[in-house]
Amino acid sequence: MSTDPMAEIRASFFIECEELLEALQDGLQIMDSGEDDPETINIVFRAVHSIKGGAGAFGLEGLVRFAHRYETVLDEVRAGRMQVETDALKVFFQAADHLSDLVRFSRDDVDLPTAETAALLQLLDALLGDEAHEEDAPEEEIEFKPMGLALDLDLGPEESFEDDTSLMAGDLVDPEPSDAPFTITFTPHAELFDTGNEPALLLRNLHNLGTATASCTFAELPELSQLSPEVPHMSWTVKLHSEAEESEILSVFEFVEGLCKLDLQKGGTPEGPPPHDDHEARYDASVESTAPAPSEPDRAALARAAEPAVTAPQDAPAQSPTQTAVQVAPVLAAVPEPAQPPDMTPGKEKDAKTAGAAAAKSVVRVDLDRIERLVNLVGELVINQAMLSQSLEESGLSPHSDAMSGLEEFQRLTRDIQDSVMMIRAQPVKSLFQRMSRIVREASAAVGKEVRLHTSGEGTEVDKTVIERLADPLTHMIRNAVDHGLETRETRVAAGKDPQGRVNLTAAHRSGRVVIEISDDGAGINRPKVQQLAVDKGLIPADANLSDSEIDNLLFLPGFSTASVVSDLSGRGVGMDVVRTSIQALGGRITTTSEPGKGTTFSISLPLTLAVLDGMVVKVAGETLVLPLNLVIETLTLEGKDVQMVRPGHHVIQVRSGFVPLFDLGRALGYRGPIENFDGSVVLLIAQEDESHAALLIDNILDQRQVVIKGLDDSFHRAPGIAAATILGDGQIALILDPSDVINTAVPHPAAQNISPIQGLSA
Amino acid sequence: MTNKSASNSIELLTFRIAEQEYALDIMSVREIRGWTHATPLPHAPHYMKGVINLRGTVLPVMDLSTRLGLPKREQNDRNVIIVVKLEETMTGLLVDAVSDIVALSPEDLQQPPEISSSAAAGVVSALTLIDERMIRVLDLSATVSSIEGVAA
Repeated sequence: MSTDPMAEIRASFFIECEELLEALQDGLQIMDSGEDDPETINIVFRAVHSIKGGAGAFGLEGLVRFAHRYETVLDEVRAGRMQVETDALKVFFQAADHLSDLVRFSRDDVDLPTAETAALLQLLDALLGDEAHEEDAPEEEIEFKPMGLALDLDLGPEESFEDDTSLMAGDLVDPEPSDAPFTITFTPHAELFDTGNEPALLLRNLHNLGTATASCTFAELPELSQLSPEVPHMSWTVKLHSEAEESEILSVFEFVEGLCKLDLQKGGTPEGPPPHDDHEARYDASVESTAPAPSEPDRAALARAAEPAVTAPQDAPAQSPTQTAVQVAPVLAAVPEPAQPPDMTPGKEKDAKTAGAAAAKSVVRVDLDRIERLVNLVGELVINQAMLSQSLEESGLSPHSDAMSGLEEFQRLTRDIQDSVMMIRAQPVKSLFQRMSRIVREASAAVGKEVRLHTSGEGTEVDKTVIERLADPLTHMIRNAVDHGLETRETRVAAGKDPQGRVNLTAAHRSGRVVIEISDDGAGINRPKVQQLAVDKGLIPADANLSDSEIDNLLFLPGFSTASVVSDLSGRGVGMDVVRTSIQALGGRITTTSEPGKGTTFSISLPLTLAVLDGMVVKVAGETLVLPLNLVIETLTLEGKDVQMVRPGHHVIQVRSGFVPLFDLGRALGYRGPIENFDGSVVLLIAQEDESHAALLIDNILDQRQVVIKGLDDSFHRAPGIAAATILGDGQIALILDPSDVINTAVPHPAAQNISPIQGLSA
Repeated sequence: MTNKSASNSIELLTFRIAEQEYALDIMSVREIRGWTHATPLPHAPHYMKGVINLRGTVLPVMDLSTRLGLPKREQNDRNVIIVVKLEETMTGLLVDAVSDIVALSPEDLQQPPEISSSAAAGVVSALTLIDERMIRVLDLSATVSSIEGVAA
């Protein structure tokens, strides 16, 4: 934990930025899809605005400046002065991307890319066109400053109201009303107080704009017995004589937008109460500010009401709802008789609303370390439970005994707990997909293609680690789809397709795994070309007769790149083989389907979590080992005649029409010497990265189950071929094998040398 | 129990391996536990017995007698694993039996004579006498962390 409180606040600001940026992306996406409503632009605007506000508080000037200009343009849209077209939206997206860059750079204290900023600012300014540019001094608007509670309000020669509470129930006075006044009705909602906003300051800001006269409406106050301390009941009506623009007045309230009901009327008093005497608190008996003017006695009532309010035992105005309540109580006590609206529904509605807001998604931020610890503990619990059940079974208890049935219940609970804990680590893939939409934008701009990304299943939840480690392979595949998968505009038009290319990114849960698909509606894999290239590069013999799927799989060979010209974007030599390696390191599989002229689909299937593994428990030379189940494609029992010796120590087995190299696991791991008689031995056929197969000789298969992965420290002996360890039901440790590593280290066959070893399955 | 409560005394855990007596600074000892089957690690140095389950963590166990180049002997039930912690790494040391905890002052420790190169070189940091028995005080970091070097 950092000891610097400012650093902590700063850190939480950046976390908040992430959320705001996500909301921003969401909003833009909705606008892009054409399904937006007025609220969408508000969300987008508020996101940028909040980032700006926070950045201002931390003195992140570069960020503030950019956010301000961005916000200015968005404000034009919000005010309906600007129409959002595709071009504008493109700039908005770019600006959002840049904003997230700036946030990241600011967080890491890296120098900001000023050139890019300038370029984007030009684009943004171009959008504004001939319209009046707003002042280029963002600092003016920033009001996000730590607020003290002791406010020194210069209220002039007011009465005895020394306390800020006077603002709540009193007037803001200036005896020089000039031109047509604005009438502002301001009714704060509970959320306004929840977010730490302060009505008194807002009213004071109004006062700064000109001559303001404020009156407070208590009409909605319920009886004390029915008063909910969490719900505000007061509203204010302000008469403002000012030369300020309407927008300026509204800007006072921009931080509380959506947190209050605001009504601004220009000129005269069409709806609000008429101007009233100053130096006198007033009581407005109406339910709404649209009610007729109150009568004299009401004023007197409020004068009485205001006094006890001032003496209320706190010196800060309604900083929190609770305090509001404390304040309100004496008012009610002093004014028992007047116009309590008989209909209580307004109050009730508010109650309902507050409850609704609270019932909405509430989120707790938890340190990842703590979750990590919990996951570990649950892993212990699972192991312990397995040990307990094993020893109870061995004790010869009747299966109908209480202990045994209790154990069953315990087993079920442990499984539930394990699932729930794993779910804590799970995160929706949304953030990942949003990053990909940026990749598509950048990639399509780089190759000059029009591409639209469609995503679905963003809510699909996957382990956080999986998401993090998916970013790189997915980026690569998306770039590939845009660069190689989709045709150029001309080709598309010639083929009678929509000139705009389409890339689909979907995620879904399928039978305990997560399937992520990247598909394009491009030309599909050009199989003759792929095969020719593979031959040219010496990856396959020239006369190889390959099936379509075999040709598709050539894409995953190391050092393969289909684009004949290396473009800026992809094809720098790191190819799909790297993608496949990283997917496999996550315990996943990747497959591809392609239809000429229709497009290509890459499908990634991943385990839900990296903390547990579907394993096959096997016995080798008396030791128990676990193999990742997803790599085992077939199991066979050998007969002596199946095994052929190629040269001493090297055997192959015949599987249907092909020969597969045989590796004696016991010998490869140094557990025992070579065996002579293979009769009756069990072999596992293992899929390798290069789609070749290998056979691993084991003694027998014990079980097939989920195991909790325990990482092996790097600090001690790193055993080749061992990816991790797990603890079995009997408390013994079993090693988890990395079959490819075993094979590569055991017998370095020529083809294996240019295959990069699979990365360890670290937990 | 021999116990000198001198302020600057060091406490040692003494144990036996192949009829010889050794000692370790007790501050580095985390716990002592009975022998359980260790899962062997493939291609590990011969003195690594393997890994055991220590309440959910995977603990590498070293056979101290092999590490020190002492003669091989039969495993029996009295064998124990001393779990030591060096910096952040936990290691188990398989020894024949634990004997005692003794407190000594630094003056009681003598420099060991130069020993020609062997697996045990540099591992014994001091010698001391308790009740006419010679105790070899082990240098834990040399014992545990030179694994890689010896393995090479």
